[in-house]
Amino acid sequence: MTSPTDRSPPPAGVDGRAPATGPVGVAAPDVPAGEAAGGRRRPVGSVEVLAAVLVLVVVFREPLANALAAPRVQTWTTVFVSVLVQAVPFLVFGVLLSAAIAVFVPRAFWARALPRHPALAVPVASVAGVVLPGCECGSVPIAGSLIRRGVTPAAALAFLLAAPAVNPVVLTATAVAFPGNPGMVLARALASLAVAMIMGWLWLRLGRADWLRLPRRPELDGVGRGMAFWAAVRHDVVHAGGFLVVGAMAAATINVLVPERWLQTLADDPVLSVLALAVLAVLLSICSEADAFVAASLSQFSLTSRLVFLVVGPMVDLKLISMQAGVLGRRFAFRFAPATFVVAVGVATLAGAVLL
Amino acid sequence: MNRQAQAVVLLLLGGAVVRASVTDLYLRYVKEGLRPFLIAAGLVLVATAVTTLWYELRPPATGEHEPGDGPGEHGHEPGDGAGHHEPRVGWLLLLPVFGLLLVAPPALGSYAAEQAGTALAAEAQPSDYPPLPPGDPAPVTVLDYASRALFDRGTSIGDRRVRLTGFIVAGPDGQPLLARMVLSCCAADGRPVKLGLTGDVPLGLPNDTWVEATGRYSARVGRDPVNDAEIPYLAVESWREVPAPRNQYE
Repeated sequence: MTSPTDRSPPPAGVDGRAPATGPVGVAAPDVPAGEAAGGRRRPVGSVEVLAAVLVLVVVFREPLANALAAPRVQTWTTVFVSVLVQAVPFLVFGVLLSAAIAVFVPRAFWARALPRHPALAVPVASVAGVVLPGCECGSVPIAGSLIRRGVTPAAALAFLLAAPAVNPVVLTATAVAFPGNPGMVLARALASLAVAMIMGWLWLRLGRADWLRLPRRPELDGVGRGMAFWAAVRHDVVHAGGFLVVGAMAAATINVLVPERWLQTLADDPVLSVLALAVLAVLLSICSEADAFVAASLSQFSLTSRLVFLVVGPMVDLKLISMQAGVLGRRFAFRFAPATFVVAVGVATLAGAVLL
Repeated sequence: MNRQAQAVVLLLLGGAVVRASVTDLYLRYVKEGLRPFLIAAGLVLVATAVTTLWYELRPPATGEHEPGDGPGEHGHEPGDGAGHHEPRVGWLLLLPVFGLLLVAPPALGSYAAEQAGTALAAEAQPSDYPPLPPGDPAPVTVLDYASRALFDRGTSIGDRRVRLTGFIVAGPDGQPLLARMVLSCCAADGRPVKLGLTGDVPLGLPNDTWVEATGRYSARVGRDPVNDAEIPYLAVESWREVPAPRNQYE
């Protein structure tokens, strides 16, 4: 970790700045020293690119709007914008919390708060997730922050899975959506908790630390707390938010392209219906606070398959995979998400068979 | 994307979210209850942008930095050979900004309603419906009428007149249906509730025309081919075109 004293001297660092759209490290500020220190000629930076993009879009607003007028494209745009509008508050509050964890909560706190043994920390972290009403969009940066602050990854991952899947808001929504089936709430809570803990323990046995590639945060060292806090918020919103946009685009595409008629034919087969709704949960990427209502309306499907939908959705979906790949590393996400999917389908099917 | 550009994007995003939530634009995408959270989140985004710009642009050597922290932020060299490309993904945040500020797509309408099956497919719920609201005709929502008509077989409606507002969707047989989208969270989970029309059917209206229909309970029931669910009917006595309501969802 770079400490304040061993940084390279300021002016050398800004030369050879990559073009704004090029790969730029997290803390590589292609903000020129010259800008702050007083005018120096420099190549085109991202601010200029941004200004150009904005001008172009405003100039070509009319043709752009016409291109988006076809009903299918328009529905895509509506769904895309609404997924983002819905997620923005959850993202922002999750990021505020994760920045607070990163900056204000001392490392020693986690050592005291969680059991020393990782295998015991996993269930504690899962249950901690129950208390926090959060959406999956917020819990990804929080989990990243926890790992960076020295929480054992197994516990942080259990928290990542449990927080959006089992919390008071989600369980209440489930109870409201399934008025005739109180067992659904219990089954959802137990199955989701079980998946979170199994995945935590699985990580202890099989996980490798080098799969996790957390963005380094040298900019948070050696600066005032206020500055570090806002830098963390800025970084996480831009970062996780960008991946959220990727996920929202994928979800909107699925929403427009997969006609519901196809589902009808799958609903009659008990095995196919479970798999179909599991895959649908991944593709649709609905916020965990809303998925119960969608599940309730898929009434041609069996209760067990709808339980699978509710357990898989908050833990694995396109939006989440995209965010996990960005925040925790691609090598991690492409192993963790499929494993979670398999465990979630298995556990939820079992819970459905026993409890529903 | 450098920090100043990030700040500008966050400012635009926060501004777009606040603007959408102080006007009624946000009602096209999410439930009304999200409004305070949207405003708060938008303000946090604006505050983040402003503090970022302030830290970036203020004159160096203010003495607030730790020793060794040079002017501006450029002292923080990444030394990150792994190539963490995170800021590039931030450019994508411009898409929702354009979506909200320039395009502002309309609320879900007939296209989405045709694609999805009617939402009232839930298993018969206990039919304990309260009496209709007072008035003749009684103002009811499409969702309320449809659930009373289906699960209560019209008992709680009786022979009272009802008035409801929805938009026109061409049904599978070419006959117009009256529909309304129902949201539980955001437009991504929006599902239509569809009503068949008998009696004075509003013919010849294009899809997405908003109609206020007055009528009585009809025992006729159709089927939605999309999800094989039942579609209740309304015996229309009169109807008129109306402008789209403020909140197009129920």
